[in-house]
Amino acid sequence: MLALLMLNILAYMTPNPDKTQIIIHLLSVISQNSAGQFFSSGHTNNWAVLVCTSRFWFNYRHVANTLSVYRSVKRLGIPDSHIVLMLADDMACNHRNPKPATVFSHKNMELNVYGDDVEVDYRGYEVTVENFLRVLTGRLPPSTPRSKRLLSDDRSNILIYLTGHGGNGFLKFQDSEEISNVELADAFEQMWQKRRYNELLFIIDTCQGASMYERFYSPNIMALASSQVGEDSLSHQPDLAIGVHLMDRYTFYMLEFLEDIHPASKTNMNDLFKVCPKSQCVSTPGHRTDLFLRDPGSVLITDFFGSVRKVELTMDAINLTDPIKQMEENPVNGEEQKEVYSYADQLPVSEIIHQKPKQKDWHPPDGFILGLWTLILLVFFKTYGIKHLKHIF
Amino acid sequence: WPLLIINVAFLWGTSAPETVVPSSVPQPKDDFQEELVIRPLHSGDIYASFQFRTLWDTDFMRENKVSHYRLFPKSLGQVISKFSVRELHISFTQGYWRTMQWGQPFIPSPPGAELWVWFQDSVTDVDATWKELTNVLSGIFCASLNFIDSTNTVQPSASFKPLGIGNVTDHSFLRYATLPREIVCTENLTPWKKLLPCGSKAGLAVLLKSEKLFHSSFHSQAVHIRSVCQDWQCKTTSWELRQTVNSVFDLHNSGQAKREWSLFKMFSRTLTEACPLASSSKLYIDITDNPQGEQFELSPATSLLSQAVVLGDRRTFSVYDLTQETTFGSVRSLNLLIRWKSNEGEMLRPLLHAERYVAGYGLQTGEIHTLMYNNHPYRSFPVLLLDSVPWYLRLYIHTLSVTSKGKDNKPSYIHYEPSKDRVKPHLLEMLIQLPPNSVTEVTVQFERALLKWTEYPPDPNHGFYVGSSVISSLVPSTVAMDTNSTRERPLFSSFFPCKEESSYFVRIYTEPLLVNLPTPDFSMPYNVICLTCTVVAVGYGSLYNLLTRSFQIEEPNPGLAKRIANVIRKMRGVPPL
Repeated sequence: MLALLMLNILAYMTPNPDKTQIIIHLLSVISQNSAGQFFSSGHTNNWAVLVCTSRFWFNYRHVANTLSVYRSVKRLGIPDSHIVLMLADDMACNHRNPKPATVFSHKNMELNVYGDDVEVDYRGYEVTVENFLRVLTGRLPPSTPRSKRLLSDDRSNILIYLTGHGGNGFLKFQDSEEISNVELADAFEQMWQKRRYNELLFIIDTCQGASMYERFYSPNIMALASSQVGEDSLSHQPDLAIGVHLMDRYTFYMLEFLEDIHPASKTNMNDLFKVCPKSQCVSTPGHRTDLFLRDPGSVLITDFFGSVRKVELTMDAINLTDPIKQMEENPVNGEEQKEVYSYADQLPVSEIIHQKPKQKDWHPPDGFILGLWTLILLVFFKTYGIKHLKHIF
Repeated sequence: WPLLIINVAFLWGTSAPETVVPSSVPQPKDDFQEELVIRPLHSGDIYASFQFRTLWDTDFMRENKVSHYRLFPKSLGQVISKFSVRELHISFTQGYWRTMQWGQPFIPSPPGAELWVWFQDSVTDVDATWKELTNVLSGIFCASLNFIDSTNTVQPSASFKPLGIGNVTDHSFLRYATLPREIVCTENLTPWKKLLPCGSKAGLAVLLKSEKLFHSSFHSQAVHIRSVCQDWQCKTTSWELRQTVNSVFDLHNSGQAKREWSLFKMFSRTLTEACPLASSSKLYIDITDNPQGEQFELSPATSLLSQAVVLGDRRTFSVYDLTQETTFGSVRSLNLLIRWKSNEGEMLRPLLHAERYVAGYGLQTGEIHTLMYNNHPYRSFPVLLLDSVPWYLRLYIHTLSVTSKGKDNKPSYIHYEPSKDRVKPHLLEMLIQLPPNSVTEVTVQFERALLKWTEYPPDPNHGFYVGSSVISSLVPSTVAMDTNSTRERPLFSSFFPCKEESSYFVRIYTEPLLVNLPTPDFSMPYNVICLTCTVVAVGYGSLYNLLTRSFQIEEPNPGLAKRIANVIRKMRGVPPL
C-alpha cells in the first residue's frame, strides 16, 4: 500500500512524458510478486447454470431455491450474460400467487428473491433433459441466441445448481422425464474433453442427492448434495398466506451463509461443507472432493459464486490502426425525389372481395396414386397377356 | 491491486494523444417521445396506457451497416437489418381485455404472445428467416418464442395489412403466429425496459414496477416497429419504434374500496422528472365524462387541455407537461390524485365486440361458436374474421355456418387453408357484413385428434389452447376522423393510419379457447412392463422348472443313538441301519 501511495505522489509530481516510463518501471517490479497470486486459481471467467426442474404450484420451493442462488450469484458479480437460468414453471406470475411478481424465501416476506431485474433463459416447457444436456455440451442449433448458450472456455469456473425431485440415481424433470447420474457424468466428461471448464462446482438439492455425484469421473469437479442416499431432503417452513412451503432447508441455510459473503471475502469451501449440519437439515449433506486437484481449503467461495475479474498485465506496446474515418454520405438532397409514399389501406373491402386465390402450382400425383395405377396396369397385362400392349401404344 | 490497474488506466488515458475527427456529415436525427394516458373506467377500474416512441431517420437496408446508435436500441436495429424486416409487431399480454366493461383499448392485443412480421421483398426464404427471427427474439425478450414453428404460423391473405408505409401487399412476406399459453412476468419486462433510451431510471418508465403492473386485471407490453412518413409530403420515411404498456388496475384488488386513484396507488411511485432525452413527455387524463368537474376532481390542477379524436370519439384530456418544471411543484414530485364525488354516468356502448366459446360434450367432437355483436342502431359495416386453429382440432368446414338475426349471411370473401397433421394449422378468413343492431354467429364443428404419446406436454390434463380469433373492422365513427397523418398528434391517436373520415379501423381479439384432448394414461407403459414380466416369470418360469428340475430323495439326519449304533456296525462290518 505504501508503494501505491509513493506511486501516486510520483505520478502527480513528474512532468508528462517521463511519467509513463517511471510508472511502467515501478509496475514491472511490483507485479512480479503479484502475478503469481493473480493466477493461483487458474480461471478468468465465471459461469453459472441454475436449473429448477419442477412444475406445478406446490413445487414453489424449488423455484425459490434456484432464484435465491441466482440472486447470490448476481450479487457477487456474475452478470446475466454469464448465467443460464432455467425455471420449469412460473411461480411469480402464477395466478395462485397472492403477491404477484414476487417469490419469497422466508415467511416473514422480507426478501423477494425474484427481484426487479431477472432474466430467465429457459422457462416452462423448454426445461427438458435434452435442452439441459445441450446447454452443458454446447451442441445447440445455430439459431439459438447467446443468452441461452453456455459459452465457457477452458479457463471458466462453472457453478451448476440443480433442484427438484430426485431419487437414487436420477433427477425428475417436469414430472415427465428423468436424467440419470450416468448421463450427467458423461455430459461432464464431454465438457472436460472439449475443454469447456476449468473447474466445476456441482450443487444438488433433492432427495437422495448424493447419488447424483457418485458416478462422476472427470477431473476438477467438486460436488455438494443436500442428503445422502436413502435420505430425503426436507423443506423449511410453509407460509400460510401463500399456502405452500417456501424453501428447502439446505438451500435456505446456504442462502443465509451466502448473504454474508461479499466479493472480497476469503471464506473457503470447507466452510460451505459445514453449512446445514444434521441438526438443522435433518438430512446429512454430503460432498465429494476426490476429483478436485486443489485442496478445498484453498478454494474461495467467490471462485465459483462470484466473478472476480483477473486482468493480465502486458508490457508490450501495441500499435493502433488509424482512427475510423466518417463514411462519405451520398448527397441525397440534390437528388430528385422519386415517389410519394402512403400508408396501406387497412381493410380494402373491394380489393379483398375481388382477390382471386393464387393458383397452386401443378404437382405430379402422389406416390400412392401412381403406385395404384401401376399395380392395376401390371395386373391387367399379366392376366390378359403382353400381346395387348401393341394395341395400347 | 485493482487500484494499481485503475491508476495505470488513468495515466494512460490522460497521456494518450487525441485524434479529433471532424464530423462534416450530420448524424441521422432521432427523436424520443413518451406519454401516459390515464382513462378512468365506469366500473371503478382505471386504464393506464404508456407509449414510448423513438423516430429515427436512417436506412437499415443500405449496404454500409448502421453502426452508431443513439436512442434507437442496438439489439432491435441489428434484428431489422439482419432479417430484412419491414414491420415487426410483438406483444405479451396477461389477462383478457373485457370490451363490454372497459371500452376499446388504444392498442389491442390477444392473451399470451403474438408476433406478426412483414419482411422486405428481398427475402428469398421467408420461412427460414421467420424461424431464425423467432429464436433471436426469444433471446431478446426472455420468452419461449422458439416454440413458434410451422404448426402455429399462418400467412393471412387479407388481414394484417402493414401499418406503416407500403404499397406492396404481397402476403407471402407476412407471417403471423400466436402463443396463447405464454406467461408474462418480470423477466419479460426487464429486457423491455432496457430498450428504452432512459431505461427505467427517468421519465415515465420509473412507474413501471412489476409488483404493481402484474397485480392488475390486464397487462400488455408490446413493441411495434414500422416505417412512417417524416412529414406531410411523405417523400422520405423514417423508422418508428413504439413501445407500449397497457394496464387496467382493479379497484378492489388494490386495497380500499373508496374510489380514489393516484399515481402512487397505481404504480407505488411518483414522477420526479421527464426523461432528459425526450423531446416531449406528457401525461393525459381523460376528462370527457367530467366537463365541469362534477364526477371527479384532479389534483394538482392543470390548465392545459387537449382534444383528440380517438377510436371514433372526440375526447378531452387534461395535460401535464413533464418537461416543465412547474408541473412538479414545490415538492419536486408529481403524484396525481383523482378523487370521485359521484358515481353516475354510463359508458358508451362499444359498437363492436365479440365472444367465442366451445360447445359440445365428450372428448371426441365439439363446436366452435364465434359471436360478433354490432351495436350500431342503423349502420352496417364489414368485418374480417381470421381464425387459426391447430391441426389437432380437425375442422369440418362443410358444417361452417354464418347466421345473422336467424338468417344465413353469406360472407363476401372466404379463404380457407386446410391443416396438415403436424405441419400446419387451419386458416380461415372471412369477410362478413354485419347488419345493424344484430348478433352474427359463426359456427364450425370439429373433431379432436389423438396425439402420439410423446407429443403431450408434461401437464396434458390442463388442456390445449386455441389462439384468439382476430376481427379487423372499419367501424363507423360518430365524429370526423383526422386523415392528415402527419400533424402533431398525441401518440395514442396516431397508431392506426386513417384513410377516410367516416370510419376508423379497429381490431379486436376474442378469448382463447382451452380444449381438452383425449389423454392417454401415461403410466400404462410401466404397467404393461410389470404385468408382462410377472406373467413371463411366473408362467414360463414354473413350466421350465417342472420340465428341467429333477428330484432326489434325501435321508433325514439320524438321531444320536442311531449314529453311535452305525459307527459300531461299521466297525463290525455290518451294513448300517
